[in-house]
Amino acid sequence: MTTTLTPPRAAQRRSLRQVDRRTRWRKLTSLVMRMVLTVTMALACLPLVLILYVVAERGWSVVDLHFFTQDTLPFRLEGGGFRQGFVGSFLIMALAIPMAVVPGIATAVYLVEYGRGRKLAALVRFVTDVMTGVPSIFVGLFVYAVLVIGTVKLGFGTLAAAVAIAIVMLPIVVRSSEEMLKLVPDSLRSASLGMGARRWQTTTKVVLPAAAPGLATGAMLAIARGAGETAPLILTGLGSFTMTLYLVGERQASLPQLIHQNAVQPFEPGIARAWGGALCLVAITVLFTIVARVIAARFARTREGM
Amino acid sequence: MTTMTDPTLQTTHRTTTAGGPSRIRIPLGARRLSVPITDTSAEDADLARPAEPHEVVFGLRDVSVYYGGFRAVRDVNLEIAEREITALIGPSGCGKSTLLRTLNRMNDLIPGAQVEGSVAYRGENIYDKDIDPVEVRRRIGMVFQKPNPFPKSIYDNVAFGPRLNGVRRSELDDTVEQALRGAALWDEVKGKLKQSGLSLSGGQQQRLCIARAIAVNPEVVLMDEPCSALDPVATARIEDLMERMKHDYTIVIVTHNMQQAARISDRTAFFSTEVNEAGDTRTGVLVEFDDTAKIFSNPSDERTENYITGRFG
Repeated sequence: MTTTLTPPRAAQRRSLRQVDRRTRWRKLTSLVMRMVLTVTMALACLPLVLILYVVAERGWSVVDLHFFTQDTLPFRLEGGGFRQGFVGSFLIMALAIPMAVVPGIATAVYLVEYGRGRKLAALVRFVTDVMTGVPSIFVGLFVYAVLVIGTVKLGFGTLAAAVAIAIVMLPIVVRSSEEMLKLVPDSLRSASLGMGARRWQTTTKVVLPAAAPGLATGAMLAIARGAGETAPLILTGLGSFTMTLYLVGERQASLPQLIHQNAVQPFEPGIARAWGGALCLVAITVLFTIVARVIAARFARTREGM
Repeated sequence: MTTMTDPTLQTTHRTTTAGGPSRIRIPLGARRLSVPITDTSAEDADLARPAEPHEVVFGLRDVSVYYGGFRAVRDVNLEIAEREITALIGPSGCGKSTLLRTLNRMNDLIPGAQVEGSVAYRGENIYDKDIDPVEVRRRIGMVFQKPNPFPKSIYDNVAFGPRLNGVRRSELDDTVEQALRGAALWDEVKGKLKQSGLSLSGGQQQRLCIARAIAVNPEVVLMDEPCSALDPVATARIEDLMERMKHDYTIVIVTHNMQQAARISDRTAFFSTEVNEAGDTRTGVLVEFDDTAKIFSNPSDERTENYITGRFG
């Protein structure tokens, strides 16, 4: 089955190559705008790249095996490491993560699964938002006043520091988990409830597993943030020149606190160690963020079927 | 819920479905010939069916459903018989889905939804204060418009309900196989039970959802436009499945597809909308409820006649 068509009569039609002035102007504007935006983007990235470069360049020479296995030497002496900082940060995070992640996810479950449209939920959400914006030094002061010298009198140490870090992490966990739980389609909840599952069964067996990778991502981002906090640690852990495994009763060092301590004094070897510590901290934060992104990407892929 | 008010959409439906418009008028007797293969005992039971009247499963008396202050459906009186397929048809916004959801208290989950009147399930009003909605939903299963398998394996999808009810691990394999056979999916998935339920095609996913619903041995299965997201081939398979399922289950189905109602249902309820005088809202009403053959060949209400012949609105 063929149809015969009349061939085009080119002379009567305007050629595609003939472009009017406004179109040409639009093309030019587009080009200029694209260049402006590219330059702005590059400018915005510049400080980030510089930070990474400077930290790597100055910290690289200090970081070796001893850096992880030796405690800090007096500021004037070369060598030595940040062992007590790594151990301290690890202990503080090990305590702070469960303290922030478990109640954080529980709060998010309340907000999404139980509290929809309730005044209490709106209040909780508002308070969480405010907490996200509170400067972390206030959190440090609060824990200092209540746990370190005040009501409980724990003294400086790992536990007080962990509580402060957990308070900093908590609102981040709550808000990111809430977003992740909201992404779970309601059709899954209907399916489960329609089978005669109770609300808690639906939450534990359907909603949380479906959101698990997203919840992990949120927790990772909160951990990355918590690991880098300095101000609250100075008021709660205080710092230490030797490694300690005590959770209460002994002052505890941590990576950010050691960086601060070594950077503010005038001796060259100490400052070099501070750069090394900064490099390690940046590496840890980047690592956690990458892990979080990878999990998030996988999450996005499994969601496509829904 | 997809809207189907656009008359062209209705037409598309009609032309894409095997049979064409003439199918609507085919009386019930002729339709029976095309009943798909079932085992012989079930076939016998089916042939003997018209002789004995079926027990009433649902008795609705003066049921109205409100969303906030808005009345979505009013004064529905309806009886649904055991081991039959009852179809609810009507234009969009006439409250078919709303009514279906009142039958297993799924409306409780919508804030502001309220039911008036009584919905008796085998004589007990499911909206009585001392009735636990979870128990109602355990006995009365539901299949949704869009296939909604859990992001779990095929096995775990089907085992979900039995696990909730405490079926032992040793019996779980059997229960899952039975349910998948019941949903005519076993042969297609028996080699890949560990794969994600989301890896199946749309039609298979919907049959998986049916398997999941029947795995807990419900007494009634409610289906809310189960085929509207599926192609004609998958639709035909689900219809076959429903014909087979009705020997064991009471089925209530909401459908926008009149041919589907004509093909598979024993009784049909036609709903329409009335414009409320105050405000620009519409309330659904039950216009006519009768044997499917009667509804599609000799409806007693003019509105039904207009709707099934495509002259609606």
